[in-house]
Amino acid sequence: MVKVAVLDYGIGNLRSAQKAFEISGAEAHLTADKDLVLTSDGVVLPGVGNFGKCAKALTDSGVRELALLAVENGLPFLGICVGMQLLYETSDESPNAKGLGLLTGKVKLLENAPRIPQMQWNQIQLEGDSPLLRGLNDEWFYFVHSYAAEQNHLQSTTIATCVYGSSVIAAVQKGLIFGTQFHPEKSGKAGQSLLQNFLKICERTV
Amino acid sequence: MTNVRIIPCLDVTDGRVVKGTNFVDLKDAGDPVELASKYDQEGADEIVFLDITASSDRRETVFELVRRCAEEIFIPFTIGGGIRSVDDARKILREGAEKISVNTAAVQKPELISEIAAEFGTQCVVLAIDAKQSDNPECRSGYEVYVHGGRTATGLDVVEWAQTGEEYGAGEILLTSMGRDGTKDGFDCKLTSKVSQSTKVPTIASGGVGTLEHFSQGVLEGRADALLAASVFHYGELTIREVKNYLIERGISVRPA
Repeated sequence: MVKVAVLDYGIGNLRSAQKAFEISGAEAHLTADKDLVLTSDGVVLPGVGNFGKCAKALTDSGVRELALLAVENGLPFLGICVGMQLLYETSDESPNAKGLGLLTGKVKLLENAPRIPQMQWNQIQLEGDSPLLRGLNDEWFYFVHSYAAEQNHLQSTTIATCVYGSSVIAAVQKGLIFGTQFHPEKSGKAGQSLLQNFLKICERTV
Repeated sequence: MTNVRIIPCLDVTDGRVVKGTNFVDLKDAGDPVELASKYDQEGADEIVFLDITASSDRRETVFELVRRCAEEIFIPFTIGGGIRSVDDARKILREGAEKISVNTAAVQKPELISEIAAEFGTQCVVLAIDAKQSDNPECRSGYEVYVHGGRTATGLDVVEWAQTGEEYGAGEILLTSMGRDGTKDGFDCKLTSKVSQSTKVPTIASGGVGTLEHFSQGVLEGRADALLAASVFHYGELTIREVKNYLIERGISVRPA
């Protein structure tokens, strides 16, 4: 059975991510234990709420080093919602807070949005052929966010976008580092398919 | 335009659904998780559980409900009723709920909204407003805010309170028309559009829906971002799929069921 570590750093709703992975057929641990994380097949960084608050919790809990170490060790890594935003360097939401800096660029307020936050189900359009999103073009996922990654034209890591006033980055990939702005763990069957894709990546079967 | 969400609402007390339900294909129609799971499979976009903490000594029942939902429901769900502190909110969110809704406690102490929003983000704070038509000159929109399950008038204007709530950090407004609740006369679209057009956060229309046409009116006339319904779904008068297909036919964007 694939072993997934859902990083526990004391923020909001973490249980749903762990449960969704269990339902998808993984052994999922909600943990900040170094040995447990580094012996996992894949690592998940959930996140809700304020970027600065999450960034501070990452540092205070020691999970920041652990996350970077997991990536350095080549473990597949999935950031969800603010967990994806934390892959970047900074966010306009909390200008003094530091993300993990695994992806170049910053996170900024949604532009031309009919409502802020975007709090709805939305369809994603795939770019390229990421194993994370295989079979999921035009599927609907649940989004709740006011900020999103800035388009980076020099180094594109975008694997999916959605339309919300203008084009919004919905998912990213750089090597084995993945991020989804939406919540796969709350997106019904489409979300389950995505989590199963991630488990295949963890098993190295794709 | 946003993609409109269809949200079944379950009224629960002491861990059981209290409003009448008429499902024939359920083992236990009184079990909220079983009902919510059915709605999830039928294409509901979110679930709202309300009034689940009628008495404060029943808190453990709420946490148990949230834990079970987190295991069986794969769409977002909101818990409302009796949340009076950041600690109450923390435990419910930690156990797996996406959002909490506040009503009376927020009127008594608006800072509660900002305290919860600061800790967990604005997206998880739903401000529930019970609104009733009023001649009170203080209520310029013509609607007054009621609390304590609709028993106590506050003198607050509904539109002003919605805007205040947004300033304090509410991520969404759950707007119930007390006059329409249970009538099946349709959403109060005048009320809904007043609130929806004077705030930036999404508005959920609630109270009065009885027919398919009422659902589309809530969006087209009420400018609602989400539509909440209870009895039409509980009694099997309409299915979520019927509602969504109807809205799609009328050019309203929803996630297909």
